Amino acid sequence: MSQRPTERTPSDRSRPGVSVELTDLTRTYGQVNALDGLTLRLEPGELVALLGPSGCGKTTALRILAGLDEATSGTVAVDGQDLTSVPANKRDMGMVFQAYSLFPHLTVLDNVAFGLKLRGDDRTNRHLRAAEMLELVGLSEHSEKYASQLSGGQQQRVALARALAIRPRVLLLDEPLSALDAKVRVQLREEIRRVQLEVGTTTLFVTHDQEEALAVADRVGVMSHGRLEQIAAPAELYAHPATPFVAEFVGLNNKVPAVVSAGKAEVLGVQVPTLVGSVEDAGLAMVRPESLSVRADSEGTASITSVAFLGPISRVHCTLADQTPVIAQLTSSQARDLAPGQRVSLEVEPAPVLVVPAATMGA
Amino acid sequence: MAEAAAGRGRRAGARLREGAPLLPFFAYLVIFLVIPTVAVLVGSVYLDGSFSFGRIHELFSSTALAALWKSVLLSASTAVVGAVLGAVLAWLVASSPPTSVLRRMMLSLCSVLAQFGGVALAFAFVATVGSTGVLTLWVAHLGVDLAGSGWLYTLTGLVLVYTYFQIPLMVIVFLPALEGLKAQWREAAVSLGATGWQYWRQVAVPLLTPAFLGSMLLLFANAFAAYATAAALVSIGSPIVPLLIRQALTSEVVLGQSGFAYALALEMIVVVAVVMVAYTLLVRRTSRWLR
Ligand SMILES: Nc1ncnc2c1ncn2[C@@H]1O[C@H](COP(=O)(O)OP(=O)(O)OP(=O)(O)O)[C@@H](O)[C@H]1O
Ligand SMILES: [Mg+2]
Repeated sequence: MSQRPTERTPSDRSRPGVSVELTDLTRTYGQVNALDGLTLRLEPGELVALLGPSGCGKTTALRILAGLDEATSGTVAVDGQDLTSVPANKRDMGMVFQAYSLFPHLTVLDNVAFGLKLRGDDRTNRHLRAAEMLELVGLSEHSEKYASQLSGGQQQRVALARALAIRPRVLLLDEPLSALDAKVRVQLREEIRRVQLEVGTTTLFVTHDQEEALAVADRVGVMSHGRLEQIAAPAELYAHPATPFVAEFVGLNNKVPAVVSAGKAEVLGVQVPTLVGSVEDAGLAMVRPESLSVRADSEGTASITSVAFLGPISRVHCTLADQTPVIAQLTSSQARDLAPGQRVSLEVEPAPVLVVPAATMGA
Repeated sequence: MAEAAAGRGRRAGARLREGAPLLPFFAYLVIFLVIPTVAVLVGSVYLDGSFSFGRIHELFSSTALAALWKSVLLSASTAVVGAVLGAVLAWLVASSPPTSVLRRMMLSLCSVLAQFGGVALAFAFVATVGSTGVLTLWVAHLGVDLAGSGWLYTLTGLVLVYTYFQIPLMVIVFLPALEGLKAQWREAAVSLGATGWQYWRQVAVPLLTPAFLGSMLLLFANAFAAYATAAALVSIGSPIVPLLIRQALTSEVVLGQSGFAYALALEMIVVVAVVMVAYTLLVRRTSRWLR
């Protein structure tokens, strides 16, 4: 008889996120395989960042999900429902683009209310909803301005409000921060994450900035050449890269010669466990700068080439006895007494490493 | 006080230095715009040592009013027809891929045709659909009288001939506005739920309207000031204003007629000025959202 408040009716458009499934998507443009068998699943309410170098097919994947582009083969499903033949304007997806895309002839408020107007909401309701969205992104006092009167960061926040106003099933963000300067970028990515957690919409966030991806996402999918290389939570991805490409793309990496035997690698004289996918003999261990420590040692076989001071941390560039360049990241207080030209010894912390064949990395 | 005055002086000096590179342009403006305008203004009220509003008064004679009405009608109708057809053509050009041969051909053709006015154009029409035109003679065999009652030499003919250069001019001036429509606007509208029609109605048309109206005003002014085409086509009879000026200038029958030419020129300047003011208001209205 009485409905429990946790139960939601189909007409309740503010339901929490839905699942999204991209299955075996391919997309070819002439000779180019923009997508080459991409399979990706987003859990309800999850924010997945799609990370990869330029041209790896991120935008193509997002546009196919939005219905703005058609896959050559493969399927798109949202909440278990196949969307392949649903046109873009019926998919209920909010989009924020890399380039500024606010309608210049409408005020901020009317921009945000645009999708609601199309849905036939009356003026009062849509303005209420739009005002609510503007408050969510902290721009209430700018509602009567035009896009040309706003900064880039403000415009992207309005674009976010506009996308969310329609209570989309899925939120799609295509490098929404890349046109902004570094400081605004960091602020805004945190804001996007806060808003996303608040509304609970399943979100695909495309970026080529690994720091951005690791900072905002529940899970990060790393793409290369139209395929997914690995998808995992940020910490997991960082600690356990599944492929050389992921290890290299996520985080700065040193490639240090190593010899593997019985699941252990000897790296700089230290026995270190290896990750799944490592080679079984000699190769290059992918060692993160923060896993290396540097000690002044007149007997040491390595020497410092330069020290870069980056505020709280410093990066110490060294060369090993065999001329391999490596970078160690220390706190600045640890690095205080180190100077270029000094002889040092390097030590690796015994965290698991991926050891790749020397040939694939081109040494 | 003295400081403020000095500040003003410095600012004026700075402004002068900034303006210096524009001096040749200002000189040009003065020689070819300001002086003739003043001459026309003076000439229409003051001639041969006497001052009178007589010639201005003559502008309201039935001949002059008829000419003005014809000029406005001709300019307005060719501006509207040219703007509509030109906009459609520009849209076809804009939606073809930038590398297509058809597009490049269209653009070159338009650049040529927009300048293809005057005697040459008039002759082209006379030679084709005039009373002894090629096409006229050819279809005469089929029992069709293409030249009719000499329509080509009337206002109807002028409308057709003017439209011939108005359409390509519209393509050239309107294309940048069409190409300024960002792909993201369409995609944003579509992802928010708009159909193609809703996108046009609520985004593209409002964004293009100022440019469309502005181009139309330009077309109006273009037709209003055109002289040679009409001169070559319409020899006598009820003329448009530029032809009436010629008539007044060459006429020696009525005394003081050259003063009337000044008055007519002033009338044209006033009409074009009104068009420019309308254009400015249009631009100001939209400057808030178009940078
Ligand atoms: N409309 C198109 N026509 C032809 N080729 C295209 C088209 N769109 C994308 N491509 C190609 O498909 C590949 C993937 O493009 P996509 O835009 O998805 O890359 P991306 O990962 O988003 O890159 P970026 O980080 O530079 O935005 C690229 O090689 C690109 O050149
Ligand atoms: Mg992209």
